[in-house]
Amino acid sequence: MIWAVAIAVGVVSAAGVYLALSRDLFRCIVGVSILGAAAGLLVFAAGRLASRTPPILIPGPPGSLRPDGALQAVGQDALGLAANPLPQALVLTAIVIGFALTCFSLVLVVRIVQKLGADEARDLRLSEAEDGGDGAP
Amino acid sequence: MMLAATPVVVPLATAVLTALAASRPRLQRAVSAAGAVCFLLCGMWLVARTAGGDPVRTVFGDWPAPFGIEFVIDRLGAALILVTALMGAATLLFQASDADPAPRSPYLLPMMHGLLAGVGASFATADLFNLYVWFELMLVTSVGLLAVGGAARQLDATLKYLVLSLVGTLLLLTGVALLYGATGHVNFEALRAASITPVVTILVGLVALAFLVKAGAFPLFAWLPASYPTLPAPLLALFAGLLTKVGAYAVLRLLGDVFRGAPPVLYESLGWVAAATMLVGVAGAACQWDLRRILAFHIISQIGYILLAIALGTEAGDTAAIFYTLHHIVVKANLCLIAGMVWRMTGSYDLRRIGGLAAAKPALAAVFLVPALSLVGVPPLSGFWAKLLVLRGCLEAGRFTWLALALAVSFATLYSMLKIWIEAFWKPHPQAHWAPPRDTHLAPAWVATVGLALITLGIGLFPGVLIDYAAAAAAALGRGR
Repeated sequence: MIWAVAIAVGVVSAAGVYLALSRDLFRCIVGVSILGAAAGLLVFAAGRLASRTPPILIPGPPGSLRPDGALQAVGQDALGLAANPLPQALVLTAIVIGFALTCFSLVLVVRIVQKLGADEARDLRLSEAEDGGDGAP
Repeated sequence: MMLAATPVVVPLATAVLTALAASRPRLQRAVSAAGAVCFLLCGMWLVARTAGGDPVRTVFGDWPAPFGIEFVIDRLGAALILVTALMGAATLLFQASDADPAPRSPYLLPMMHGLLAGVGASFATADLFNLYVWFELMLVTSVGLLAVGGAARQLDATLKYLVLSLVGTLLLLTGVALLYGATGHVNFEALRAASITPVVTILVGLVALAFLVKAGAFPLFAWLPASYPTLPAPLLALFAGLLTKVGAYAVLRLLGDVFRGAPPVLYESLGWVAAATMLVGVAGAACQWDLRRILAFHIISQIGYILLAIALGTEAGDTAAIFYTLHHIVVKANLCLIAGMVWRMTGSYDLRRIGGLAAAKPALAAVFLVPALSLVGVPPLSGFWAKLLVLRGCLEAGRFTWLALALAVSFATLYSMLKIWIEAFWKPHPQAHWAPPRDTHLAPAWVATVGLALITLGIGLFPGVLIDYAAAAAAALGRGR
């Protein structure tokens, strides 16, 4: 299982880097978002992969869930083999942020294409003019 | 106790309220001003509360310690939060003048406060993944602020900033994930207890690399000179003052506090990266003619000094890094604001097309000289003490090459500041009949810049207070490791 995920992470990041290095702006954005997917997979793999046991405690006697050490003991017994919920929560957060940023960058590229008529990174030299800036605000 | 959450709650609430008031500009500005003052008061309160040495802490959701997201504000964090709030207040004040203000978009103020929330929270959080989230908040709001003008060159700058920063944050996410896999923790306190195995060393290096992208360190600074010079003056000041310093702070927190005593290879590499950053930044500035580009390259070179101090790995080095960061935020933002005023007076940022300001506006020349000479490190201004601390740290650690490089870069900085001085202020204006415009509205800009210049002067004349504070903050780093 871990090898399948490792190979998947490798392939997906390779695809992402390949696209992100492209001069075509849309490909570049797609590449970066694919890289984001690879990072997400990696976060996911940082937890336990194979377990299908849900990480839910069945409440024991009253008081056993208090944070005075009882939780640790119960947790290690009951959750040692359960799926790790933390990386899943982290991945969800990263996916949501990545989705918002991908949407923004696509809109940005559309605006650039509309304004400049160019979707090639080589044509985008406006913010770094050769003569060291024209002094425009 | 929710005091530790105020650096994120106050600016975030202000952002939401200003967004709700988007259709009523007057009300929006009032809410924004109230929020900025409230943030400033919270910053002062935090500094006062933590001055004794006890950090303010909050764990959200009542989870027990290493599992919940924790905010811990120690002296280092509190001072940085106060300076952040100060920068927010100064730039919002400056925005009321007509010196190259940001376009009056209804979404400008919500995004500015959102950016402050991201910066403030980064200084407060004690959780590696949470730090990543705040980095993303800073990224989202800063690309919004870059694009808000909508001009072609700004959109171009936004794209470059966005793509390169995204690669940086993905690197951070990867590093955090692997570090979690290796240690089982993302909480700083728990990570302090983790042993530093060779694998952990590599992963700490990876996370530090991601922070260095944010800090604009060599060789990962390309996004900075490509994007910053397209910003209007108040936003340039906000970005130049705060964003790269969050990266430098994160490196300090990582290598100086949480993983203090990591294998020397990390500090050694950081030191050479810092030396290259100083040199490249100052060399890049030397061949520029646009005022904002010169300042943008100097951000890079000054970040080099802060990283160099961190790389020493000693308490003296950390003291220098803290002092340098606090002083530099104020000085850099002030220079960017003054550049905006120069533009208003002369109509251009291009040094070849302007001049004559020393004769026409002697007061502006005086206000410029304070932060400019402080950036160079001329006594008795704050930059002198900052550089002295870095040099003394190098000397104590026996790092004579780094010491020589830092001194050389200081002279090169003097060259750039003299260039601005001669071209913009001293030489006569290229157009013989040029006169500064009379219909300016610069009162808020004067208050902001003179206020910041007075802070620089105050730190310079009474450095002991801040040096003691920085030393106490540095002494508290790395406890429990």
